[in-house]
Amino acid sequence: MNKHWLNIGYDRSKYPETGVDGNLVIDKTAHKLVKLWQGPNHPGVTGNMSIELTISGDEIVEAKTHVGYLHRGFEKLFERRKYIQVFPTCIRLCVAEPDYNEYNLAASVEELSGIEVPEVAQWLRTLVLEMARLQSLLRVVPGQGGTTGLGIGVQWGVYLRDLILDRFEELTGGRVYHMYIIPGGVRGLLPEGFKKRLKSTLKEIDEFIVNIDNLMFSNAVFKKRTIGVGYIDPTWVDSYGIVGPNARAAGFKRDVRKDYPYLKYNELEFDPQTATESDIYTRSRIRWHDLKMTVDLIQQILDKMPDDGIIRAQTPNVLHWKIPKGETYVRSESSRGEYGFYVVADGTEYPRRINLRGPSYTHAVSLLEHMLIGANIADVASIMVSLQTCPPEIER
Amino acid sequence: MSSLKDILMPFTAWKNVFKEPVSIKDPLNERPGAPRYRGFHKNDVKSCIGCGTCESICENEAIDMVAIAGFDAKNGDSGLRPKVDYGRCCWCALCVDVCTTGSLTLSNEYKWVDTDSDNFRYIPGIDNKPWDNNELGWKKPGNGYEFYQLERVKMEELHPEERDKSFIEIIQGYSKEQAEKEADRCVECGICTATCPAHMGIPQYIKAIRNNNLEEGLRILYDTNPLPEICGRICTHKCETVCSIGHRGEAISIRWLKRYIADQNPSEKYKTILETDFIQKNGKKIAIIGSGPAGLSAAHYLAKMGYEVEIFEKLAQAGGMMRYGIPEYRLPYDSIDKDINYILSLGVKIHYNVNVGKDITLEQLGKDFDAVFAGTGLHLGRSTRIEGSDHKNVYQSIELLRKITQGEEIHVAEKIVVIGGGNVAMDITRSLARLQNQKYGKVQMITTSLETEEKMPADREEVVEAREEGAIINPGWAPQKVEIQDGIIKGLHVVQCMSLFDATGNFNPQCNMENARFFEGDMVVESIGQGMDLSYIAEPLKDDIEMGPRGRIKVNSDFQTSVPWLFMGGDTIQGPDVIHGIANGHRAAMGIDKYLTEQ
Repeated sequence: MNKHWLNIGYDRSKYPETGVDGNLVIDKTAHKLVKLWQGPNHPGVTGNMSIELTISGDEIVEAKTHVGYLHRGFEKLFERRKYIQVFPTCIRLCVAEPDYNEYNLAASVEELSGIEVPEVAQWLRTLVLEMARLQSLLRVVPGQGGTTGLGIGVQWGVYLRDLILDRFEELTGGRVYHMYIIPGGVRGLLPEGFKKRLKSTLKEIDEFIVNIDNLMFSNAVFKKRTIGVGYIDPTWVDSYGIVGPNARAAGFKRDVRKDYPYLKYNELEFDPQTATESDIYTRSRIRWHDLKMTVDLIQQILDKMPDDGIIRAQTPNVLHWKIPKGETYVRSESSRGEYGFYVVADGTEYPRRINLRGPSYTHAVSLLEHMLIGANIADVASIMVSLQTCPPEIER
Repeated sequence: MSSLKDILMPFTAWKNVFKEPVSIKDPLNERPGAPRYRGFHKNDVKSCIGCGTCESICENEAIDMVAIAGFDAKNGDSGLRPKVDYGRCCWCALCVDVCTTGSLTLSNEYKWVDTDSDNFRYIPGIDNKPWDNNELGWKKPGNGYEFYQLERVKMEELHPEERDKSFIEIIQGYSKEQAEKEADRCVECGICTATCPAHMGIPQYIKAIRNNNLEEGLRILYDTNPLPEICGRICTHKCETVCSIGHRGEAISIRWLKRYIADQNPSEKYKTILETDFIQKNGKKIAIIGSGPAGLSAAHYLAKMGYEVEIFEKLAQAGGMMRYGIPEYRLPYDSIDKDINYILSLGVKIHYNVNVGKDITLEQLGKDFDAVFAGTGLHLGRSTRIEGSDHKNVYQSIELLRKITQGEEIHVAEKIVVIGGGNVAMDITRSLARLQNQKYGKVQMITTSLETEEKMPADREEVVEAREEGAIINPGWAPQKVEIQDGIIKGLHVVQCMSLFDATGNFNPQCNMENARFFEGDMVVESIGQGMDLSYIAEPLKDDIEMGPRGRIKVNSDFQTSVPWLFMGGDTIQGPDVIHGIANGHRAAMGIDKYLTEQ
């Protein structure tokens, strides 16, 4: 394993050497180390963050993550906005899947003020959250191939994602920031002919699921680059707070939709997949399974949901809506794992504190720094993408 | 790990070589936004009232309310229109969802290329844009989606059967929960404040109700209106007519919320709450003629400023038309007393049964006091002067209402015809209906007016309630003659009234003489307006007083007449309306203060 598989004629085992305890022995005074910055604007990093790598040869001996390029102080901004004004702001916490922010805000506000969301609105919320997962997975599943130079899958994924965004545009009026799940309910019923169009999009995605299986998961190069690389030890899962597909690939069946059912997930049939290999390939494969499952879930939702009804419960006047004193933690399962809002209300029109517990904070900072040690420079991007990190959600 | 299959399978992607490309060749022209797309703003500036709710909900402060040439501020319209800054807008469309009139929408247009960045701040509907006529785009969602309640919290009222014999107050008032729920509907646009003659801080006191701070609410009320108990019951609520919520739903019950604040604060705490326990006197004396809304309002603000105020009242009790004109079931005497007693507690003195002009001359008052304010009101009835209207059983409504208040016995016939379509006509109709019910056990009242049902000046609820109490309201008829046989009234001849005003806008009723009717009755009451009695302004003072149009005395913006020490206000200056009287009194008090300070 110390021999490079292309056999370019040097022995990687020389620097650094493995000590008696199995860890690398780094002589930092030997001046044989190089600092390398990956990011902030690097095609291999997800979003704007950088990793300060200390390398010996092309082996990473130390990794330090740097965030702050995107800092907008969102959580502080929330405290200066009325609850309804947090609604268009909070979505920007995560560009890739803004809808989970909308849902968490709405659900926490409703829980604190004891508002019952109408039936059809709950179905529409479930639909939108699954569509959000679908468009996110359509980026990240082929994106994993992109990190190893397989660009075609990314092109396919982006095209299909655009079709989902078209459906979002029809339903919500926006393509990326949907601003649809509003405290109290949702902002519109399904437009005429929407179900039919969405189903035909799902059909195209079904085809893509087979194609990407052939192109990526049955690809010798991709397998070589990802199997056995970026290993997450199952013992880290709890100590690092690993959630979602990353935990499921390590053998932990963790899914908020199953563990703490919300909205209409109780009425839907699905079974999140798990595996034990816990490497990049497995994590990517778990996401591929998620993709299939999401397509199936959307089909189920479309078949089961009612077509008409009240879309928003009557709330107090949003311009001066006082949320009763209290605190709550509301979570949902994003495509990256558990995504939660901790909301403290002090009985005024403004939130006292809204704190986001996103999976990227642990995955992309503490876990990544730990995982990168001993990895190869060329694998850094793959490892980051396999953790599905999202820097905007780290910096809030 | 890898097999031959893994080498070959990826090549299946080559099948896509033969597929049609999926990209759109000319996206700028071939790809319109979805029907619900949140694109650039559109505003129907004619139905927009400039309430500024869009501005207050916008979390990016992308919307500014700006004055537009050609759009003047008027009743129910601030004259402002939203200006959108696309450097800040995030297209969340909350402005559309919250819009009170529904005038603001978003088009489905999303492309706009311009070299001048200043152009991206524009006023939708004023600055013409290509998407102004786009039908598609974001609109209010519907299906139960509202940011505030459009329906009023229902007010508890006495059932017609419980009230048709008695003069007990009909409106029961809001409970705490009801008031807070009703107050929650307010969007704090302030259109009401601009329209209210007294410019009351309406959004502010409604907010005080929401915050359950009724003492603060009372302070806000007394800033501009010293008669909240009274106004909370019988104000003509011009504020509610223009309420922005009323454009798509029911206006906020501003009047009843005011009453709620006044009712909930006990009168013994008023002086502490309003911080009037101690008022520094300035040694100057003011005389006020008449203790109606204008006189009491002036008295209150002058007393608060430290003036020594004495009111001269012709009748035995204070309140003027509020007490002697408005029936008890609308405005109980306790409520009048609560407001008046507080004003008296500030050191205001009232001389009852003093008729200025007879018992004391106006000139004498001018000599004894530093300034005089006259708010003498409209206490003379007007006659139709039709044939037979000089019969002894043809009455003036004002006179009858005064007698009912004074507890005097009045003539109540079995069948009565009332002429008039205003609130006073309704007052006398409903008062006489009660008395008929007490005396005969049934109601036989016909009230007729020149105006048609839609154009009757009376409040809608007055008409509805009068009918509930058994009176017949039959509008749209012009009285022609009181039929008298053997000295006894038999009824009223009327003909259909086609129009009230001619092309130039002058009062000139046109009738269809062929469509005539006869309303049976033993007694006729005329309620077609009131006149003023200014006989107390006698020679030689009369010559110094400049008159304005329509027989009214000319006053300046401080309600000062051409005789510097004489100020006038209320119904004699601005026509019959409580809230105008209160506003006049306040303004005159400030005018008197200015006049005496500058002297």
